[in-house]
Amino acid sequence: MFTAHLSLTDFRSYPTAELALEPGVTAFVGPNGQGKTNLVEAIGYVASHASHRVATDAPLVRHGAPRAVIRAVIERDQRRALVELEINPGKANRARVNRAPVSRARDALGVLRTVLFAPEDLALSKGDPSERRKFMDDLLVARHPRFAGVRADYDRALKQRNALLRTASQARRRSPRRQMDDAAFASAGAGDVLSTLEVWDAHLVRHGAELLAARLDLVENLRPLVAKAYAELAPGSVPAQIDYRWFSTDEADLGTDRAELAVRLGQALAEARAQEIERGVTLVGPHRDDLLLRLGELPARGYASHGESWSFALALRLAAYDLLRSEGGDPVLILDDVFAELDAQRRRRLAEIVAPAEQVLITAAVAEDVPRELSGARFDVTEGSVTHVG
Amino acid sequence: MYEGVVQNLIDELGLLPGVGPKSAQRIAFHLLSADPADVKRLAHALLEVKEKVRFCRVCGNVAAEEECRICRDQRRDPHVICVVEESKDVVAIEKTREFRGRYHVLGGAISPIDGVGPDDLRVRELMARLADGEVTELILATDPNLEGEATATYLARLVKPMGLKVTRLASGLPVGGDLEYADEVTLGRAFEGRRLLDV
Repeated sequence: MFTAHLSLTDFRSYPTAELALEPGVTAFVGPNGQGKTNLVEAIGYVASHASHRVATDAPLVRHGAPRAVIRAVIERDQRRALVELEINPGKANRARVNRAPVSRARDALGVLRTVLFAPEDLALSKGDPSERRKFMDDLLVARHPRFAGVRADYDRALKQRNALLRTASQARRRSPRRQMDDAAFASAGAGDVLSTLEVWDAHLVRHGAELLAARLDLVENLRPLVAKAYAELAPGSVPAQIDYRWFSTDEADLGTDRAELAVRLGQALAEARAQEIERGVTLVGPHRDDLLLRLGELPARGYASHGESWSFALALRLAAYDLLRSEGGDPVLILDDVFAELDAQRRRRLAEIVAPAEQVLITAAVAEDVPRELSGARFDVTEGSVTHVG
Repeated sequence: MYEGVVQNLIDELGLLPGVGPKSAQRIAFHLLSADPADVKRLAHALLEVKEKVRFCRVCGNVAAEEECRICRDQRRDPHVICVVEESKDVVAIEKTREFRGRYHVLGGAISPIDGVGPDDLRVRELMARLADGEVTELILATDPNLEGEATATYLARLVKPMGLKVTRLASGLPVGGDLEYADEVTLGRAFEGRRLLDV
Protein backbone atom coordinates (compact mmCIF):
# COMPACT_ATOMS: atom_id res chain seq x y z
CA MET A 1 0.00 0.00 0.00
CA PHE A 2 1.06 3.59 -0.31
CA THR A 3 -0.15 7.06 0.60
CA ALA A 4 -1.22 8.78 -2.60
CA HIS A 5 -2.33 12.08 -1.15
CA LEU A 6 -2.05 13.90 2.15
CA SER A 7 -4.04 16.96 3.09
CA LEU A 8 -3.73 18.79 6.42
CA THR A 9 -5.82 21.48 8.07
CA ASP A 10 -4.55 23.13 11.26
CA PHE A 11 -2.25 20.23 11.96
CA ARG A 12 0.85 21.26 13.93
CA SER A 13 2.54 24.16 12.10
CA TYR A 14 0.37 23.81 8.97
CA PRO A 15 -2.76 25.93 8.47
CA THR A 16 -3.20 23.88 5.30
CA ALA A 17 -1.02 21.57 3.26
CA GLU A 18 -1.65 19.50 0.15
CA LEU A 19 0.76 16.82 -0.91
CA ALA A 20 0.62 14.36 -3.83
CA LEU A 21 2.81 11.33 -3.15
CA GLU A 22 4.10 8.47 -5.26
CA PRO A 23 5.14 4.90 -4.47
CA GLY A 24 8.86 4.39 -3.98
CA VAL A 25 11.15 6.68 -2.02
CA THR A 26 10.18 10.22 -1.09
CA ALA A 27 12.49 12.45 0.96
CA PHE A 28 11.44 15.57 2.86
CA VAL A 29 14.48 17.76 3.25
CA GLY A 30 14.86 20.99 5.16
CA PRO A 31 16.48 22.58 8.22
CA ASN A 32 15.24 21.68 11.69
CA GLY A 33 11.99 23.16 12.93
CA GLN A 34 10.50 23.73 9.47
CA GLY A 35 7.82 21.03 9.62
CA LYS A 36 9.25 17.90 7.98
CA THR A 37 8.42 15.59 10.81
CA ASN A 38 4.91 17.05 11.10
CA LEU A 39 4.14 15.63 7.66
CA VAL A 40 5.19 12.08 8.43
CA GLU A 41 3.71 12.35 11.91
CA ALA A 42 0.33 13.00 10.29
CA ILE A 43 0.67 9.88 8.13
CA GLY A 44 1.68 7.87 11.19
CA TYR A 45 -1.36 9.24 13.01
CA VAL A 46 -3.69 7.94 10.30
CA ALA A 47 -2.29 4.43 10.88
CA SER A 48 -2.18 4.35 14.68
CA HIS A 49 -4.34 7.27 15.92
CA ALA A 50 -1.40 8.36 18.03
CA SER A 51 1.67 10.46 17.52
CA HIS A 52 5.15 8.98 17.81
CA ARG A 53 6.33 12.21 19.46
CA VAL A 54 3.73 13.16 22.04
CA ALA A 55 1.37 11.23 24.28
CA THR A 56 -1.58 13.62 24.04
CA ASP A 57 -3.34 15.11 21.04
CA ALA A 58 -3.34 18.76 22.10
CA PRO A 59 0.08 19.65 20.59
CA LEU A 60 -1.07 18.26 17.23
CA VAL A 61 -3.60 21.04 16.75
CA ARG A 62 -2.22 24.31 15.42
CA HIS A 63 -2.06 26.92 18.15
CA GLY A 64 -5.37 28.74 18.41
CA ALA A 65 -7.32 26.34 16.17
CA PRO A 66 -10.15 24.26 17.66
CA ARG A 67 -9.33 21.05 15.83
CA ALA A 68 -7.01 19.51 13.26
CA VAL A 69 -8.03 17.52 10.21
CA ILE A 70 -5.93 14.93 8.38
CA ARG A 71 -7.10 13.53 5.06
CA ALA A 72 -5.16 10.75 3.42
CA VAL A 73 -5.79 8.79 0.25
CA ILE A 74 -4.42 5.28 0.62
CA GLU A 75 -3.97 3.10 -2.43
CA ARG A 76 -3.80 -0.64 -2.08
CA ASP A 77 -4.04 -3.14 -4.94
CA GLN A 78 -5.21 -0.34 -7.25
CA ARG A 79 -8.06 0.51 -4.92
CA ARG A 80 -8.20 3.89 -3.26
CA ALA A 81 -9.57 4.66 0.18
CA LEU A 82 -9.97 8.12 1.66
CA VAL A 83 -9.49 8.34 5.42
CA GLU A 84 -10.46 11.57 7.18
CA LEU A 85 -9.61 12.15 10.81
CA GLU A 86 -10.72 15.06 12.91
CA ILE A 87 -8.56 15.48 16.00
CA ASN A 88 -10.49 17.06 18.87
CA PRO A 89 -8.21 17.39 21.90
CA GLY A 90 -10.00 16.40 25.08
CA LYS A 91 -12.90 14.95 23.11
CA ALA A 92 -13.40 11.89 20.96
CA ASN A 93 -11.85 12.05 17.52
CA ARG A 94 -14.13 11.65 14.53
CA ALA A 95 -13.35 9.64 11.46
CA ARG A 96 -14.73 9.00 8.01
CA VAL A 97 -13.73 6.31 5.56
CA ASN A 98 -14.63 7.00 1.94
CA ARG A 99 -16.89 9.84 3.09
CA ALA A 100 -18.92 7.54 5.33
CA PRO A 101 -18.70 8.34 9.05
CA VAL A 102 -17.67 5.44 11.29
CA SER A 103 -19.28 5.18 14.71
CA ARG A 104 -15.99 5.16 16.57
CA ALA A 105 -12.72 6.60 15.32
CA ARG A 106 -10.96 3.33 16.00
CA ASP A 107 -13.06 1.63 13.34
CA ALA A 108 -10.94 3.58 10.84
CA LEU A 109 -7.77 1.83 12.01
CA GLY A 110 -6.34 -0.74 9.64
CA VAL A 111 -6.87 1.14 6.37
CA LEU A 112 -3.25 2.33 6.46
CA ARG A 113 -0.44 0.45 8.10
CA THR A 114 2.91 2.08 8.78
CA VAL A 115 6.17 1.20 10.43
CA LEU A 116 7.88 4.29 11.73
CA PHE A 117 11.54 4.68 12.62
CA ALA A 118 12.49 7.72 14.67
CA PRO A 119 15.32 8.89 16.93
CA GLU A 120 12.99 8.15 19.85
CA ASP A 121 13.31 4.45 18.98
CA LEU A 122 16.54 4.25 20.90
CA ALA A 123 14.30 4.05 23.96
CA LEU A 124 13.13 0.64 22.74
CA SER A 125 16.44 -0.84 23.79
CA LYS A 126 17.59 1.68 26.39
CA GLY A 127 14.33 2.89 27.92
CA ASP A 128 11.81 1.63 30.45
CA PRO A 129 9.72 -1.52 29.94
CA SER A 130 6.75 0.74 29.11
CA GLU A 131 8.42 1.60 25.78
CA ARG A 132 8.61 -2.04 24.81
CA ARG A 133 5.06 -2.76 25.99
CA LYS A 134 3.89 0.08 23.79
CA PHE A 135 5.89 -1.35 20.88
CA MET A 136 4.18 -4.72 21.32
CA ASP A 137 0.69 -3.31 21.77
CA ASP A 138 0.95 -0.88 18.85
CA LEU A 139 2.04 -3.75 16.65
CA LEU A 140 -0.84 -5.88 17.91
CA VAL A 141 -3.29 -3.17 16.92
CA ALA A 142 -1.65 -2.80 13.50
CA ARG A 143 -2.01 -6.56 12.97
CA HIS A 144 -5.52 -6.85 14.36
CA PRO A 145 -7.31 -3.52 14.93
CA ARG A 146 -9.63 -5.31 17.36
CA PHE A 147 -6.87 -5.11 19.96
CA ALA A 148 -7.36 -1.38 20.25
CA GLY A 149 -10.54 -2.35 22.11
CA VAL A 150 -8.91 -5.08 24.21
CA ARG A 151 -6.15 -2.69 25.24
CA ALA A 152 -8.64 0.04 26.15
CA ASP A 153 -10.77 -2.42 28.17
CA TYR A 154 -7.74 -3.69 30.05
CA ASP A 155 -6.55 -0.17 30.84
CA ARG A 156 -10.01 0.78 32.06
CA ALA A 157 -10.32 -2.30 34.28
CA LEU A 158 -6.84 -1.59 35.61
CA LYS A 159 -7.68 2.03 36.43
CA GLN A 160 -10.86 1.00 38.23
CA ARG A 161 -9.07 -1.69 40.18
CA ASN A 162 -6.23 0.66 41.14
CA ALA A 163 -8.74 3.26 42.33
CA LEU A 164 -10.33 0.60 44.52
CA LEU A 165 -7.00 -0.59 45.90
CA ARG A 166 -6.02 2.98 46.68
CA THR A 167 -9.21 3.42 48.68
CA ALA A 168 -8.54 0.17 50.52
CA SER A 169 -4.97 1.13 51.21
CA GLN A 170 -5.97 4.52 52.60
CA ALA A 171 -8.68 2.96 54.75
CA ARG A 172 -6.12 0.57 56.15
CA ARG A 173 -3.63 3.29 56.85
CA ARG A 174 -6.19 5.36 58.71
CA SER A 175 -7.00 2.48 61.01
CA PRO A 176 -5.12 2.40 64.31
CA ARG A 177 -3.46 -0.94 63.73
CA ARG A 178 -1.84 -1.17 60.34
CA GLN A 179 -1.55 -4.93 60.20
CA MET A 180 -5.17 -6.03 60.44
CA ASP A 181 -6.36 -9.36 59.16
CA ASP A 182 -9.09 -9.37 56.54
CA ALA A 183 -11.88 -9.99 59.01
CA ALA A 184 -10.94 -7.04 61.16
CA PHE A 185 -10.44 -5.01 58.02
CA ALA A 186 -13.92 -5.91 56.76
CA SER A 187 -15.57 -5.03 60.05
CA ALA A 188 -13.78 -1.68 59.99
CA GLY A 189 -16.13 -0.67 57.21
CA ALA A 190 -13.93 -1.41 54.21
CA GLY A 191 -15.47 -4.80 53.51
CA ASP A 192 -17.19 -3.09 50.63
CA VAL A 193 -13.83 -2.67 48.99
CA LEU A 194 -12.81 -6.31 49.32
CA SER A 195 -16.13 -7.63 48.09
CA THR A 196 -15.89 -5.67 44.85
CA LEU A 197 -12.18 -6.36 44.41
CA GLU A 198 -13.00 -9.91 43.33
CA VAL A 199 -15.29 -8.55 40.66
CA TRP A 200 -12.56 -6.33 39.24
CA ASP A 201 -10.13 -9.24 39.47
CA ALA A 202 -12.43 -11.22 37.20
CA HIS A 203 -12.58 -8.46 34.61
CA LEU A 204 -8.88 -7.68 34.80
CA VAL A 205 -8.08 -11.36 34.33
CA ARG A 206 -10.43 -11.71 31.41
CA HIS A 207 -9.03 -8.79 29.39
CA GLY A 208 -5.50 -9.35 30.71
CA ALA A 209 -5.42 -12.96 29.53
CA GLU A 210 -6.53 -11.90 26.08
CA LEU A 211 -3.80 -9.27 25.88
CA LEU A 212 -1.22 -11.66 27.29
CA ALA A 213 -2.10 -14.42 24.82
CA ALA A 214 -1.83 -12.00 21.91
CA ARG A 215 1.53 -10.64 23.09
CA LEU A 216 2.99 -14.10 23.59
CA ASP A 217 1.89 -15.10 20.12
CA LEU A 218 3.37 -11.89 18.74
CA VAL A 219 6.75 -12.46 20.39
CA GLU A 220 6.82 -16.03 19.04
CA ASN A 221 6.33 -14.63 15.53
CA LEU A 222 8.82 -11.79 15.96
CA ARG A 223 11.66 -13.80 17.48
CA PRO A 224 13.17 -15.21 14.23
CA LEU A 225 12.54 -11.93 12.38
CA VAL A 226 14.40 -9.85 14.98
CA ALA A 227 17.35 -12.27 14.93
CA LYS A 228 17.46 -12.09 11.13
CA ALA A 229 17.20 -8.29 10.97
CA TYR A 230 19.89 -7.83 13.61
CA ALA A 231 22.23 -10.17 11.76
CA GLU A 232 21.70 -8.15 8.58
CA LEU A 233 22.36 -4.84 10.29
CA ALA A 234 25.40 -6.02 12.20
CA PRO A 235 26.93 -8.98 10.37
CA GLY A 236 29.19 -11.17 12.45
CA SER A 237 27.71 -10.01 15.74
CA VAL A 238 26.47 -12.27 18.53
CA PRO A 239 22.84 -13.33 17.95
CA ALA A 240 20.03 -11.08 19.13
CA GLN A 241 17.16 -12.67 20.99
CA ILE A 242 13.86 -11.50 22.40
CA ASP A 243 11.74 -13.11 25.12
CA TYR A 244 8.55 -12.13 26.84
CA ARG A 245 9.07 -11.56 30.52
CA TRP A 246 6.00 -11.79 32.66
CA PHE A 247 5.09 -11.86 36.31
CA SER A 248 5.39 -15.50 37.19
CA THR A 249 8.61 -16.98 35.85
CA ASP A 250 11.32 -15.88 33.50
CA GLU A 251 11.78 -18.87 31.27
CA ALA A 252 8.65 -20.97 31.71
CA ASP A 253 7.29 -22.32 28.48
CA LEU A 254 4.11 -20.37 28.15
CA GLY A 255 1.23 -21.64 26.13
CA THR A 256 -0.97 -19.08 24.46
CA ASP A 257 -4.15 -20.72 25.65
CA ARG A 258 -6.33 -17.93 27.01
CA ALA A 259 -8.18 -20.03 29.57
CA GLU A 260 -4.93 -21.35 31.04
CA LEU A 261 -3.36 -17.89 31.10
CA ALA A 262 -6.45 -16.56 32.84
CA VAL A 263 -6.07 -19.18 35.58
CA ARG A 264 -2.40 -18.32 36.09
CA LEU A 265 -3.07 -14.60 36.10
CA GLY A 266 -5.86 -15.13 38.62
CA GLN A 267 -3.53 -17.12 40.87
CA ALA A 268 -0.82 -14.49 40.64
CA LEU A 269 -3.33 -11.80 41.63
CA ALA A 270 -4.48 -13.88 44.59
CA GLU A 271 -0.88 -14.29 45.76
CA ALA A 272 -0.15 -10.59 45.44
CA ARG A 273 -3.36 -9.47 47.11
CA ALA A 274 -2.05 -8.61 50.57
CA GLN A 275 0.81 -6.63 49.10
CA GLU A 276 -1.50 -4.92 46.62
CA ILE A 277 -3.81 -3.72 49.37
CA GLU A 278 -0.81 -2.54 51.37
CA ARG A 279 0.56 -0.53 48.45
CA GLY A 280 -2.71 0.42 46.80
CA VAL A 281 -1.80 -0.57 43.26
CA THR A 282 -2.12 -3.58 40.93
CA LEU A 283 1.20 -5.41 40.99
CA VAL A 284 0.74 -8.21 38.45
CA GLY A 285 -0.58 -8.25 34.92
CA PRO A 286 0.40 -7.33 31.37
CA HIS A 287 0.95 -3.71 32.44
CA ARG A 288 4.01 -4.83 34.41
CA ASP A 289 5.51 -7.17 31.80
CA ASP A 290 8.47 -6.54 29.56
CA LEU A 291 10.10 -7.64 26.35
CA LEU A 292 13.56 -8.88 27.27
CA LEU A 293 16.24 -8.09 24.69
CA ARG A 294 19.46 -10.06 24.76
CA LEU A 295 22.69 -10.09 22.79
CA GLY A 296 24.16 -13.54 23.22
CA GLU A 297 23.74 -14.22 26.93
CA LEU A 298 23.68 -10.63 28.14
CA PRO A 299 20.67 -8.35 28.41
CA ALA A 300 20.88 -5.49 25.91
CA ARG A 301 19.78 -2.96 28.48
CA GLY A 302 22.81 -1.88 30.45
CA TYR A 303 25.28 -4.06 28.52
CA ALA A 304 24.88 -3.08 24.86
CA SER A 305 26.94 -0.25 23.38
CA HIS A 306 25.27 2.78 21.87
CA GLY A 307 25.66 1.35 18.36
CA GLU A 308 24.33 -2.06 19.42
CA SER A 309 21.35 -0.43 21.11
CA TRP A 310 20.58 1.37 17.86
CA SER A 311 20.88 -1.83 15.86
CA PHE A 312 18.52 -3.60 18.26
CA ALA A 313 15.93 -0.83 18.04
CA LEU A 314 16.14 -0.88 14.23
CA ALA A 315 15.94 -4.69 14.22
CA LEU A 316 12.70 -4.53 16.22
CA ARG A 317 11.17 -2.08 13.74
CA LEU A 318 12.38 -4.07 10.74
CA ALA A 319 10.95 -7.25 12.26
CA ALA A 320 7.63 -5.47 12.74
CA TYR A 321 7.75 -4.46 9.10
CA ASP A 322 8.51 -8.04 7.99
CA LEU A 323 5.68 -9.40 10.12
CA LEU A 324 3.09 -6.95 8.81
CA ARG A 325 4.26 -7.51 5.24
CA SER A 326 3.98 -11.27 5.56
CA GLU A 327 0.36 -10.89 6.66
CA GLY A 328 -0.76 -8.95 3.63
CA GLY A 329 -0.27 -5.38 2.46
CA ASP A 330 3.18 -3.83 2.36
CA PRO A 331 3.12 -1.23 5.17
CA VAL A 332 4.37 2.28 4.48
CA LEU A 333 7.86 2.77 5.91
CA ILE A 334 8.59 6.08 7.58
CA LEU A 335 12.16 6.97 8.47
CA ASP A 336 12.03 10.13 10.54
CA ASP A 337 15.50 11.66 10.90
CA VAL A 338 17.17 8.33 11.61
CA PHE A 339 20.07 8.32 9.15
CA ALA A 340 21.81 11.19 10.91
CA GLU A 341 21.92 9.02 14.04
CA LEU A 342 23.63 6.04 12.43
CA ASP A 343 27.22 5.29 11.45
CA ALA A 344 28.04 4.75 7.77
CA GLN A 345 27.77 0.97 7.86
CA ARG A 346 24.36 0.81 9.60
CA ARG A 347 23.14 3.60 7.40
CA ARG A 348 23.98 1.68 4.23
CA ARG A 349 22.61 -1.60 5.61
CA LEU A 350 19.34 -0.02 6.60
CA ALA A 351 19.04 1.68 3.21
CA GLU A 352 19.57 -1.63 1.41
CA ILE A 353 16.97 -3.40 3.53
CA VAL A 354 14.23 -0.79 3.16
CA ALA A 355 14.84 0.18 -0.49
CA PRO A 356 12.53 -2.47 -2.01
CA ALA A 357 9.52 -1.39 0.12
CA GLU A 358 6.46 -0.15 -1.74
CA GLN A 359 6.67 3.31 -0.18
CA VAL A 360 9.42 4.82 1.93
CA LEU A 361 9.07 8.32 3.40
CA ILE A 362 12.22 9.91 4.74
CA THR A 363 12.88 13.15 6.58
CA ALA A 364 16.39 14.59 6.75
CA ALA A 365 17.93 17.95 7.64
CA VAL A 366 20.33 17.86 4.69
CA ALA A 367 20.12 15.89 1.45
CA GLU A 368 23.51 14.24 2.16
CA ASP A 369 21.95 12.39 5.09
CA VAL A 370 19.82 10.35 2.69
CA PRO A 371 21.84 7.34 1.50
CA ARG A 372 22.42 7.04 -2.24
CA GLU A 373 20.58 3.69 -2.31
CA LEU A 374 17.40 5.58 -1.54
CA SER A 375 17.04 7.96 -4.44
CA GLY A 376 13.58 9.12 -5.40
CA ALA A 377 11.22 12.07 -5.19
CA ARG A 378 12.25 15.02 -3.06
CA PHE A 379 10.33 17.79 -1.31
CA ASP A 380 11.96 20.83 0.23
CA VAL A 381 10.38 21.95 3.46
CA THR A 382 11.05 25.51 4.56
CA GLU A 383 8.98 27.58 6.97
CA GLY A 384 5.96 25.39 6.54
CA SER A 385 5.87 25.43 2.77
CA VAL A 386 6.42 22.17 0.94
CA THR A 387 7.84 22.25 -2.58
CA HIS A 388 8.32 19.37 -4.94
CA VAL A 389 11.85 19.65 -6.34
CA GLY A 390 12.17 16.38 -8.23
CA MET B 1 -18.72 37.67 28.27
CA TYR B 2 -22.21 39.09 28.55
CA GLU B 3 -23.86 41.25 31.20
CA GLY B 4 -24.19 39.53 34.59
CA VAL B 5 -27.62 37.87 34.41
CA VAL B 6 -27.27 36.68 30.84
CA GLN B 7 -23.88 35.17 31.54
CA ASN B 8 -25.27 33.51 34.68
CA LEU B 9 -27.95 31.84 32.59
CA ILE B 10 -25.40 30.70 29.98
CA ASP B 11 -23.16 29.29 32.69
CA GLU B 12 -26.04 27.41 34.32
CA LEU B 13 -27.24 25.98 31.02
CA GLY B 14 -23.69 24.97 30.17
CA LEU B 15 -23.63 22.68 33.20
CA LEU B 16 -26.39 20.50 31.70
CA PRO B 17 -25.34 17.22 30.11
CA GLY B 18 -24.82 17.43 26.36
CA VAL B 19 -24.88 21.24 26.33
CA GLY B 20 -21.67 22.97 25.38
CA PRO B 21 -20.91 26.70 25.58
CA LYS B 22 -22.29 27.41 22.09
CA SER B 23 -25.54 25.55 22.70
CA ALA B 24 -25.89 27.22 26.09
CA GLN B 25 -25.57 30.61 24.43
CA ARG B 26 -28.14 29.71 21.79
CA ILE B 27 -30.65 28.48 24.36
CA ALA B 28 -30.10 31.57 26.50
CA PHE B 29 -30.83 33.93 23.60
CA HIS B 30 -33.81 31.87 22.58
CA LEU B 31 -35.20 32.29 26.09
CA LEU B 32 -34.49 36.03 26.02
CA SER B 33 -36.57 36.49 22.91
CA ALA B 34 -39.29 34.01 23.91
CA ASP B 35 -42.74 34.89 25.19
CA PRO B 36 -42.58 35.54 28.98
CA ALA B 37 -45.45 33.09 29.57
CA ASP B 38 -43.53 30.30 27.87
CA VAL B 39 -40.45 30.97 29.98
CA LYS B 40 -42.57 31.02 33.14
CA ARG B 41 -44.02 27.65 32.23
CA LEU B 42 -40.51 26.25 31.76
CA ALA B 43 -39.31 27.70 35.07
CA HIS B 44 -42.37 26.30 36.79
CA ALA B 45 -41.81 22.86 35.29
CA LEU B 46 -38.21 22.93 36.48
CA LEU B 47 -39.18 23.83 40.03
CA GLU B 48 -42.07 21.42 40.09
CA VAL B 49 -39.95 18.49 39.04
CA LYS B 50 -37.62 19.05 41.98
CA GLU B 51 -40.48 19.59 44.43
CA LYS B 52 -42.90 16.89 43.40
CA VAL B 53 -40.93 14.05 41.91
CA ARG B 54 -39.74 11.52 44.35
CA PHE B 55 -38.07 8.18 44.10
CA CYS B 56 -40.17 5.08 44.52
CA ARG B 57 -39.86 3.62 48.01
CA VAL B 58 -39.69 0.11 46.56
CA CYS B 59 -37.72 0.20 43.34
CA GLY B 60 -36.02 3.60 43.24
CA ASN B 61 -37.64 4.63 39.97
CA VAL B 62 -38.85 8.23 39.63
CA ALA B 63 -42.38 8.49 40.97
CA ALA B 64 -45.02 11.12 41.61
CA GLU B 65 -46.13 9.37 44.77
CA GLU B 66 -44.71 7.15 47.46
CA GLU B 67 -44.55 4.24 45.05
CA CYS B 68 -44.13 4.37 41.30
CA ARG B 69 -46.77 3.41 38.78
CA ILE B 70 -45.17 0.05 38.05
CA CYS B 71 -44.82 -0.99 41.68
CA ARG B 72 -48.46 -0.08 42.33
CA ASP B 73 -49.66 -2.09 39.33
CA GLN B 74 -51.03 -5.37 40.72
CA ARG B 75 -50.94 -7.01 37.30
CA ARG B 76 -47.14 -6.93 37.16
CA ASP B 77 -45.40 -10.20 37.93
CA PRO B 78 -43.91 -9.96 41.44
CA HIS B 79 -41.66 -12.99 40.87
CA VAL B 80 -39.29 -11.34 38.42
CA ILE B 81 -37.13 -8.26 39.08
CA CYS B 82 -35.18 -6.51 36.37
CA VAL B 83 -32.19 -4.56 37.71
CA VAL B 84 -31.22 -1.41 35.79
CA GLU B 85 -28.81 1.45 36.40
CA GLU B 86 -31.08 4.46 35.82
CA SER B 87 -34.74 5.37 35.60
CA LYS B 88 -34.34 6.07 31.91
CA ASP B 89 -33.45 2.42 31.41
CA VAL B 90 -36.87 1.52 32.83
CA VAL B 91 -38.48 3.67 30.17
CA ALA B 92 -36.40 2.01 27.46
CA ILE B 93 -37.39 -1.47 28.57
CA GLU B 94 -41.05 -0.49 29.07
CA LYS B 95 -41.19 0.59 25.44
CA THR B 96 -40.46 -2.96 24.34
CA ARG B 97 -43.62 -4.21 26.17
CA GLU B 98 -41.76 -7.51 26.54
CA PHE B 99 -41.28 -7.39 30.26
CA ARG B 100 -44.15 -7.73 32.73
CA GLY B 101 -42.18 -8.04 35.95
CA ARG B 102 -40.94 -5.36 38.35
CA TYR B 103 -37.86 -3.19 38.31
CA HIS B 104 -35.09 -2.18 40.63
CA VAL B 105 -33.16 1.01 39.86
CA LEU B 106 -29.64 0.99 41.29
CA GLY B 107 -28.87 4.63 40.64
CA GLY B 108 -25.63 3.97 38.78
CA ALA B 109 -22.92 1.36 38.42
CA ILE B 110 -19.91 0.38 40.48
CA SER B 111 -17.01 2.62 39.50
CA PRO B 112 -14.13 3.06 41.97
CA ILE B 113 -12.68 5.90 39.88
CA ASP B 114 -15.82 7.93 40.59
CA GLY B 115 -15.87 6.69 44.15
CA VAL B 116 -19.03 4.66 43.59
CA GLY B 117 -19.15 1.36 45.47
CA PRO B 118 -22.05 -1.01 46.23
CA ASP B 119 -22.94 1.04 49.32
CA ASP B 120 -23.62 4.05 47.12
CA LEU B 121 -26.09 2.10 45.02
CA ARG B 122 -29.46 0.73 46.06
CA VAL B 123 -28.03 -2.75 46.62
CA ARG B 124 -29.14 -3.10 50.22
CA GLU B 125 -32.71 -2.28 49.18
CA LEU B 126 -32.50 -4.94 46.49
CA MET B 127 -31.34 -7.55 48.99
CA ALA B 128 -34.24 -6.61 51.25
CA ARG B 129 -36.68 -7.16 48.41
CA LEU B 130 -35.21 -10.59 47.70
CA ALA B 131 -35.24 -11.69 51.34
CA ASP B 132 -38.83 -12.97 51.53
CA GLY B 133 -38.32 -15.49 48.73
CA GLU B 134 -41.18 -14.31 46.55
CA VAL B 135 -38.81 -13.29 43.75
CA THR B 136 -37.61 -16.26 41.70
CA GLU B 137 -35.74 -14.57 38.87
CA LEU B 138 -33.37 -11.63 38.77
CA ILE B 139 -32.63 -10.11 35.38
CA LEU B 140 -29.43 -8.05 35.31
CA ALA B 141 -29.91 -5.31 32.74
CA THR B 142 -26.99 -3.01 33.56
CA ASP B 143 -25.17 -1.33 30.67
CA PRO B 144 -22.95 -3.57 28.52
CA ASN B 145 -19.79 -1.59 29.37
CA LEU B 146 -17.03 -2.43 31.82
CA GLU B 147 -18.71 -0.80 34.83
CA GLY B 148 -22.11 -2.32 34.00
CA GLU B 149 -20.59 -5.76 33.57
CA ALA B 150 -18.73 -5.41 36.87
CA THR B 151 -21.94 -4.41 38.64
CA ALA B 152 -23.74 -7.40 37.14
CA THR B 153 -20.95 -9.76 38.21
CA TYR B 154 -21.02 -8.31 41.71
CA LEU B 155 -24.78 -8.74 42.08
CA ALA B 156 -24.71 -12.25 40.62
CA ARG B 157 -22.10 -13.27 43.21
CA LEU B 158 -23.99 -11.58 46.00
CA VAL B 159 -27.31 -13.34 45.37
CA LYS B 160 -25.81 -16.70 44.46
CA PRO B 161 -26.40 -18.23 47.94
CA MET B 162 -30.11 -17.38 47.63
CA GLY B 163 -30.47 -19.91 44.85
CA LEU B 164 -32.64 -17.85 42.55
CA LYS B 165 -32.39 -17.74 38.80
CA VAL B 166 -30.06 -14.96 37.68
CA THR B 167 -29.96 -13.94 34.03
CA ARG B 168 -28.07 -11.29 32.09
CA LEU B 169 -29.43 -9.52 29.04
CA ALA B 170 -27.89 -10.89 25.86
CA SER B 171 -25.47 -8.70 23.99
CA GLY B 172 -24.92 -9.20 20.33
CA LEU B 173 -26.07 -8.31 16.90
CA PRO B 174 -28.52 -5.53 16.16
CA VAL B 175 -31.80 -6.68 14.65
CA GLY B 176 -32.24 -5.95 10.96
CA GLY B 177 -28.52 -5.35 10.46
CA ASP B 178 -25.92 -7.03 8.33
CA LEU B 179 -23.45 -9.40 9.91
CA GLU B 180 -20.58 -7.89 7.94
CA TYR B 181 -21.13 -4.46 9.50
CA ALA B 182 -20.93 -5.65 13.08
CA ASP B 183 -17.72 -4.69 14.86
CA GLU B 184 -15.52 -7.53 16.02
CA VAL B 185 -16.18 -7.11 19.73
CA THR B 186 -19.94 -7.27 19.26
CA LEU B 187 -19.66 -10.19 16.88
CA GLY B 188 -17.35 -11.97 19.31
CA ARG B 189 -19.90 -11.47 22.10
CA ALA B 190 -22.65 -12.76 19.88
CA PHE B 191 -20.63 -15.93 19.34
CA GLU B 192 -20.10 -16.39 23.07
CA GLY B 193 -23.80 -15.95 23.72
CA ARG B 194 -25.11 -18.11 20.87
CA ARG B 195 -28.01 -20.40 21.66
CA LEU B 196 -29.55 -23.63 20.50
CA LEU B 197 -32.05 -23.20 17.74
CA ASP B 198 -35.23 -25.10 18.50
CA VAL B 199 -36.89 -26.48 15.39
